[in-house]
Amino acid sequence: MNALTSRAFLAPIIAVLVFLCLWELLVWANNWPNYVMASPSDLPPAYAKYWELFIVMGWQTLWRTVVGLILAVIVGVLIGMVMGFSRIMRDALYPLLVGFNAIPKATVVPIVALLFVGQHDFNTVLIAFMISFFPIAVSVSIGLSTLEPEYRDILRALGASNMTIFRKIALPKTLPEFFGALKVAVTLAFIGTNLMEIVSPHGRGLGALFDSGKTNSDYPLMFAVLIALAFLGIVLYYIVVWLERTFAGWADRQV
Amino acid sequence: MALIEIKGVTHAYKTASGPLPVLNDLNISVPEGGFTAVVGPSGCGKSTLTRLIAGLMKPDTGTVMLHGKPVTGPRATVGMAFQNPVLLEWRTILQNVLLPLEIVQTKLTRAEQQDRARHLLSLVGLSGFEDKRPSELSGGMRQRASLCRALIHQPEVLILDEPFGALDAFTREDLWQTMHKVKEKEPFTGVLITHDLRESIFLADQVVVLSGRPATTQYVLDVQAEGPRDLDHLYTAKSADQLATLRHQIAVAQGRASEGDAA
Ligand SMILES: Nc1ncnc2c1ncn2[C@@H]1O[C@H](COP(=O)(O)OP(=O)(O)OP(=O)(O)O)[C@@H](O)[C@H]1O
Ligand SMILES: [Mg+2]
Repeated sequence: MNALTSRAFLAPIIAVLVFLCLWELLVWANNWPNYVMASPSDLPPAYAKYWELFIVMGWQTLWRTVVGLILAVIVGVLIGMVMGFSRIMRDALYPLLVGFNAIPKATVVPIVALLFVGQHDFNTVLIAFMISFFPIAVSVSIGLSTLEPEYRDILRALGASNMTIFRKIALPKTLPEFFGALKVAVTLAFIGTNLMEIVSPHGRGLGALFDSGKTNSDYPLMFAVLIALAFLGIVLYYIVVWLERTFAGWADRQV
Repeated sequence: MALIEIKGVTHAYKTASGPLPVLNDLNISVPEGGFTAVVGPSGCGKSTLTRLIAGLMKPDTGTVMLHGKPVTGPRATVGMAFQNPVLLEWRTILQNVLLPLEIVQTKLTRAEQQDRARHLLSLVGLSGFEDKRPSELSGGMRQRASLCRALIHQPEVLILDEPFGALDAFTREDLWQTMHKVKEKEPFTGVLITHDLRESIFLADQVVVLSGRPATTQYVLDVQAEGPRDLDHLYTAKSADQLATLRHQIAVAQGRASEGDAA
C-alpha cells in the first residue's frame, strides 16, 4: 500500500474517530442523561445485546433499498431517455416530474401503506423507488439532450441508426452524470426505505428497530440504529463510487 | 461530370418565429478529386451546406447530387470532421479512429483495420499516440486524430467544417501541410468550410464565396494551383491578388462594399 492509498483509508477513519470523541465529550461535558442523548460508549452494549436483530433488520433494510434503487435506475433511465431524445416529451413530462418530486414523501407513505395494506416489502421498495428515481431521470435526460450535435453527426453521416448512436456515444457519454445522480439516489433511497419502516405498523428493517427503541425508551438502541444506517449508507455509496471508477473512470481527469 | 453537384439549392429552417431562409438558389460543382473551399460571413449557412452534402438534411428545393445521383440520405462514402474534434473520451486514439468501421461495411479483417488506422495516424504524425486517451492530446493532435477517423473508411467525399478554426497559427499551418500530404496518399474529393482566406487558397483549387444569409453563390475563384504547395505559395503576387479579390468579395457579402467598388 503506498502513501496515497493509506492516506485515502486513514484520513476518513481518523475523521470518524475524532467525531466520536467529540460526541462523547459533548455528552459528558453537558452531563446529558441517556434519554437526552446517548453517547458512543453506550453503543457497543446496544449492539452486543441486539446483534441478531441488527443483522436481520439491517439485511431487510439493505435489500429493499437496493431493489428500490434498481427499479429507480431502470425507470429513471427509461424516462430520461424518452425526455432526452424527444423535445415534446421533455416539455410534457418535466412539470409532472417536478411536481411529483416536490411532494414530501412522508405524506405519501401513509397513502401507500393504506393502498397496499400488509404488503410491507412491496410498499417499502415502492417508496424507496419513488424518492430516488427523479435525479436519475433528470441527469440522463440532460446528458442526452445536451449531447453536441457533432457527436451524433459523425455516426449519423455514415448511416448509423439512432439505437447505434445511443449505444456507442450517447450512453457512455452520459455515464458520469448518471453516476453523479446515482450517488444522490442511494442516500435518498435509504431515507425512503426508513420512512416506510418507521411509519408502518409491525414493520421490519432498521426503521422498525428504531421505532421499537422509541416505544421502549431504549435510547442507546435508537442511536445504535442511526449509526448502523449511516454505516449501510456509506457502504452502498462506496459501491457506487467503485462502479463509477470501473465504468466511467475515463471521466476522472485527476488520474 | 462533377462528383458533387449542388443545383439551385434553397433551404429554410423552421424556427419559433417563422421560417429562417438560410440558403437561396445555391450552385456549386466540385469535380472528382477536386478540393473546394467555401468562405462566407458568419452564420450565412456554411455548416448547413455541409449537412446537406452529407445527407443529414434534405434541401427544401433544388438537388444535391453525388455522381449524378440525388443525395437522399446519409451514405457511407462520406467522411466528416468539424471544428470540435468530438473524440470519444472513453476510447483510445486508435479505437476512436476505428469507430466508423463499426458502422460501415468493410472487407478488411480486424488486423488490416488496425494496420490502416496506424498507417493513417503515422501519416498525420501521431505515431506512438495510438493507445493514449484524447484528454492526453493537445488540440492540434486531437484534430489530426479526428481527420484520421474521417478518412479510415476511405470516403469519396471529405467534408471539413472549419477543422482548423480553433488552432493557433503555427499549428494550423502545420496541419495545412499535413492535409496536402494526406490528400496525395489518400485521394478524396474535398469540401472545406473556412473563415481563413489564406487557408482557402493554400489548400483548395477552387474557392466559393457565399453571400450573407440567405446565402447564394456570390463568387467563384479558380486558385490555379493543384496538389501540394509550400507556404511560399501564399506570398506570390498571384496569391496576393487572389486574397485581395476574396477580401473584397467577403466585404460585399457582409454588405460593407458594393459589387462595383474596386478590389
Ligand atoms: N437547427 C437549426 N434550427 C434553426 N436555425 C438554425 C439551425 N441551425 C442553424 N440555424 C441558423 O441558420 C443560420 C446558418 O447557420 P449555419 O450553422 O449553417 O451558419 P455558418 O455559416 O456555418 O456559421 P459559422 O460561420 O458561424 O459557423 C444561422 O443563422 C443559424 O442561427
Ligand atoms: Mg458553421
